[in-house]
Amino acid sequence: MSPSLILLENFLQALAAGVLIGALYGLMCTGLGIIFGVMRVINFAQGDLMMLGMYFAWYAFAGFGTLAALGPYVGPIVAAILAGPALFVFGYALHRLLISRVTGIRVAGLEGEGHYAQLILTLGIALVLQNGGLLLFGSEVTSIKTPLSASAWEFGPFVGQDVSFFINKARGVAFVVSLLVAAGLYLFVTRTRLGKSLRAAADHPEAAIYMGIDVDRAHRIAFGIGTGITAVAGGLVASYLPFQPYVGLDFVIVMYAGVVLGGLGSIIGAYWGGMTIGLVQQLSTLILPTQLQNTAIFVVFLLIVFLRPQGLYGRSVQRA
Amino acid sequence: MGSRALPFRWVALIAAVYLMAILLVKNQYYQLMMTLVPVWATMGLSWNILSGYSGLVSFGHASFFGLGAYTVALSLINFGLTPWIGIPIAAVVGALAGFVIGYPTFRLRGHYFALAMLAYPLALLYVFEWLGYQEVSLPMQRENPIAFMQFGDNRVYSALALALMVLALLISLRIERSRFGMSLLAIKQNEIAAEAAGIDTFRWKMKAIVLSGLIAGAIGGFYAVVLLVVTPASVFGMLTSAQALIVALFGGVGSAWGPVIGSAILIPLAEVLQGELGDKLPGIQGVVYGVAIILVILFAPEGIYWRARDLAMTRRKVVPSPTRKVWAATTAQPTPTDAVGGRAVGQILLEVEGLSKSFGGLRAVQDASFAVREGEILGLIGPNGAGKTTLFNLLNGILQADTGTVRYLGHNLLGMAPNRIARLGIGRTFQVARPFPRLSVLDNVAVGAYVATDSDEDAYALARAALERVGLTSAAHLAAGGITTLQIRLLELARALAGQPKLLLLDETLAGLGAQEVERMLELIRQLAADNITIAIIEHTMHAMVRLADRFIVLDHGAVLAQGTPDAVTREPSVIEAYLGKKWSARANA
Repeated sequence: MSPSLILLENFLQALAAGVLIGALYGLMCTGLGIIFGVMRVINFAQGDLMMLGMYFAWYAFAGFGTLAALGPYVGPIVAAILAGPALFVFGYALHRLLISRVTGIRVAGLEGEGHYAQLILTLGIALVLQNGGLLLFGSEVTSIKTPLSASAWEFGPFVGQDVSFFINKARGVAFVVSLLVAAGLYLFVTRTRLGKSLRAAADHPEAAIYMGIDVDRAHRIAFGIGTGITAVAGGLVASYLPFQPYVGLDFVIVMYAGVVLGGLGSIIGAYWGGMTIGLVQQLSTLILPTQLQNTAIFVVFLLIVFLRPQGLYGRSVQRA
Repeated sequence: MGSRALPFRWVALIAAVYLMAILLVKNQYYQLMMTLVPVWATMGLSWNILSGYSGLVSFGHASFFGLGAYTVALSLINFGLTPWIGIPIAAVVGALAGFVIGYPTFRLRGHYFALAMLAYPLALLYVFEWLGYQEVSLPMQRENPIAFMQFGDNRVYSALALALMVLALLISLRIERSRFGMSLLAIKQNEIAAEAAGIDTFRWKMKAIVLSGLIAGAIGGFYAVVLLVVTPASVFGMLTSAQALIVALFGGVGSAWGPVIGSAILIPLAEVLQGELGDKLPGIQGVVYGVAIILVILFAPEGIYWRARDLAMTRRKVVPSPTRKVWAATTAQPTPTDAVGGRAVGQILLEVEGLSKSFGGLRAVQDASFAVREGEILGLIGPNGAGKTTLFNLLNGILQADTGTVRYLGHNLLGMAPNRIARLGIGRTFQVARPFPRLSVLDNVAVGAYVATDSDEDAYALARAALERVGLTSAAHLAAGGITTLQIRLLELARALAGQPKLLLLDETLAGLGAQEVERMLELIRQLAADNITIAIIEHTMHAMVRLADRFIVLDHGAVLAQGTPDAVTREPSVIEAYLGKKWSARANA
């Protein structure tokens, strides 16, 4: 096989992997995008909330085994989707108990609008969740094993008989489900009253206050929904990727990279931002060693922050 | 002042007591703890110098720490370089990293700064893993261990850590008591006002991050010597950055004592828990840190030190000095000189030509041309949204013009940073007042005086003189966050005056004042003009302006509509139309 065909094959493989992982990044970025957009709060705990979603899915499917009855194909998916409402409740409560004390109207007009306190509070929550996770779940790597995770679909061959690429079935299924969830979410934010008001609030948080929206309640709902969506994405990732309690840290930067790329305040932009990050990460493996794929994300992230803080897909937004 | 020497006595006392404690501890485990407390206190001090004073939250101090640790470890392994030299090199590497990171990152603010800082150490972590430095052990030196900073007695490490901490503490205390610290505090509280007062905010922030990186690099290098093993996760990891921030925040953010207090409480607590329960409950250390900062943020948002200080202050019951009385006394000063009569109007001081600025489709200032002459009081008037404040923002560099020129005493002001314009002698007050609320009135004004002198003492002398001039001396020691509207207006005026300006840009200085207060302010402005300070003032209310200004410039929709003496301008039909509408201009002409 000629070198150029090998290159083509590698490219197709990386592209497929990028789209597959990008769809999941997109979903988790959307969750963060709702929170960051509506509340303008950097939530460091988002990755760890996602980690909770992963463990929820694992316990629902394998740990307590209740959903195992649904079989190895449907079970993990149902478990992942159930992580949504479960973590919605968790996020909602977390906001009510802790986050609301340093956000919303309470801090409007404070020095730097209280960003200081918000950043650090969520950092504290992140530390508690990570290390609390270590206490509860143990440090060993967990994974949800199904027959799907060990098999793949072959696409091709193209260009005669030489070039083809493979998609892991578990990843493929997670990808399709994430698209369905994203589509449902799209309908939610564009068609429903609550969804539209969330978009409006993300677009211009202050204006939302003037419109007489109950800000604390809106924030609580946004925080709950954002947490729930990211948890669903986490549950889907868990269906093919091994994880441990510190896994959130790897994803929190990915999520912020995606949200900033999509443009602060744009929920739909956040999805495409996440997709782009997935593609960058996977395509970077064509030229960079695998260990550096996360470094590639950070570099891209820094470049975006410096060159286009309003995001690639964003409208112009003033620098915070 | 006697109080200046006091904190240094405290440092000596604490160091002596701690050293005694070090000497008494025999147990190896506690010896390590005695070393780690000053190590993390130093790291917290490093973080505090940048983030505590300037308010720019860094989640990436592990970058400097980790680079320092690897510098010491790798130079020992590869070149046989002793840590005695390696640690100073680590400090230089940390300082360089501070420069390289700070230079681009300070263009970002708030959220974006914090996120970018978070990305650096995590990127470095993967790079060091990829380079194959997953676990670097410092080799034992059998011959001449002391030359390689290896001691049989662990207490020596504790003493060295203490020495580094004392050094960092002394540096921090020096910063707090100098214009360096004051400038950073001003930046934290209102960056735009700091710039307009002549503080080169970028330069001070760069100095802070370089110094911060230097300290973090040194302590990171020392940490490698103490633990003998360096891994990317242990030095570049999130917990390293978090620990620096947490000890500072828990103990008291923005105070040199904060990180020391925080470290002295949290490190032993977390270590003991880790030691007692670590094997049964892994991660307990992280949970303790997490819970500690959650509690601090909820109940003492600025840390234990400030909370305790506030409590002590309310006990002592500080009585604010009676400002009103002195105020009345100063009002009875010489009668106002005639507005136009007494002053000779001189040559052109500031010349504006064809100045334009658009925000998207909105043309906020269009093709404005005018001159300000030395010694005059120039009134800028115009209806709401006419572009008056935007014009000031263009003149003092807060905004960049799209086209046009601004000449001032032979300098082209376009493209100049606000602090440089302030240095050239253009002072400024703001429509929405921008005091530094947590600083005293005197400190606020002293920040404005830095441009006029290199000596901090002279700056305070100038500040006192400026307060005297506006009649605010009695309020000098009140916190600027708790004074009246009039006092805030006077404070901004004094802050601008302390820089010894030739030209003052006053933006709605009369806004929000009562009738008597307006009279007082008018009198003060006339007095300043009589003292040969040129004044350009924005004001809504015509009747006050007619009595104050020598000359008017009328702006409407961003363009200069008319200029001339108050009399002439107020009769101009186009001006009446702009202010009151067509109907009134017709009636005025009839």
